[in-house]
Amino acid sequence: MQLKNKFTMTLIARSTNESFARACISAFASQLDPTIEEINDIKTAVSEAVTNCIVHAYKEKAIGKIYITAILNDNNSIKITIRDKGCGIENVAKAMEPLYTSIGGERAGLGFAVMESFMDNVKVKSVVGRGTTVTMLKKISPRISVNG
Amino acid sequence: MSVEINVTREVVTAYLGGEIDHHTAKEMRETIDNAVELNMPTLLVLDFKDVSFMDSSGIGLVMGRYRNLMKTGAELHIMGAPPNIYKMLKLAGIERLAKLEGR
Ligand SMILES: Nc1ncnc2c1ncn2[C@@H]1O[C@H](COP(=O)(O)OP(=O)(O)O)[C@@H](O)[C@H]1O
Ligand SMILES: [Mg+2]
Repeated sequence: MQLKNKFTMTLIARSTNESFARACISAFASQLDPTIEEINDIKTAVSEAVTNCIVHAYKEKAIGKIYITAILNDNNSIKITIRDKGCGIENVAKAMEPLYTSIGGERAGLGFAVMESFMDNVKVKSVVGRGTTVTMLKKISPRISVNG
Repeated sequence: MSVEINVTREVVTAYLGGEIDHHTAKEMRETIDNAVELNMPTLLVLDFKDVSFMDSSGIGLVMGRYRNLMKTGAELHIMGAPPNIYKMLKLAGIERLAKLEGR
């Protein structure tokens, strides 16, 4: 599996960057010629991970940075890494349970459930006090051209 | 992001538009809650016809409105959801809380 293209960016943890981050990644992923549904899946998963950095890792203080890397592989997959240096997660398995949220209110507790359902693979690494890294993989279905 | 409110007798309809995420959900929530408090409807309709994107913040928006409506026994309907929005609403099992209709 060879690297076809790579893109990195660093964002300040401001909520206006949620739409910016997903727009950037979807523009980059379009190089793999995904379907509208595949692009939407990627946008949604990225939005969830970036929002979690802003809301949970940095507690909506608009300080702190979000580090994003996207890699296109020549087997037509995209691997996206979203990392923060925020508070970290004490119990990752519990955090990933559907409907679990540590702050309640207007959060649905479905961010990780959405990432897992919309992407082919999701891995979460976290150290309390150091930060969290979410790595997600999505395979893009090859398009078979009519002319062969 | 946009919200347009329409009130007829006991029904408040909120026409949502654009992208719903954590950033935009706050203003949408305030507009909808103001209209509900002012009109005390027996039915709130959320129309998603013009929503192009929604993440789980939109689910939080729907669940939060549902919880508020329960206090007065009012009902919630969700209309016009395009395929990508419908997929999110189904993933969250929203049809158990509200009448759900796709586009
Ligand atoms: N980057 C992060 N840093 C710290 N905590 C996080 C992070 N991402 C997720 N969490 C924790 O995991 C929980 C579940 O996340 P999620 O499924 O997205 O639901 P929600 O964001 O609605 O709470 C959060 O409530 C939070 O406690
Ligand atoms: Mg979340």
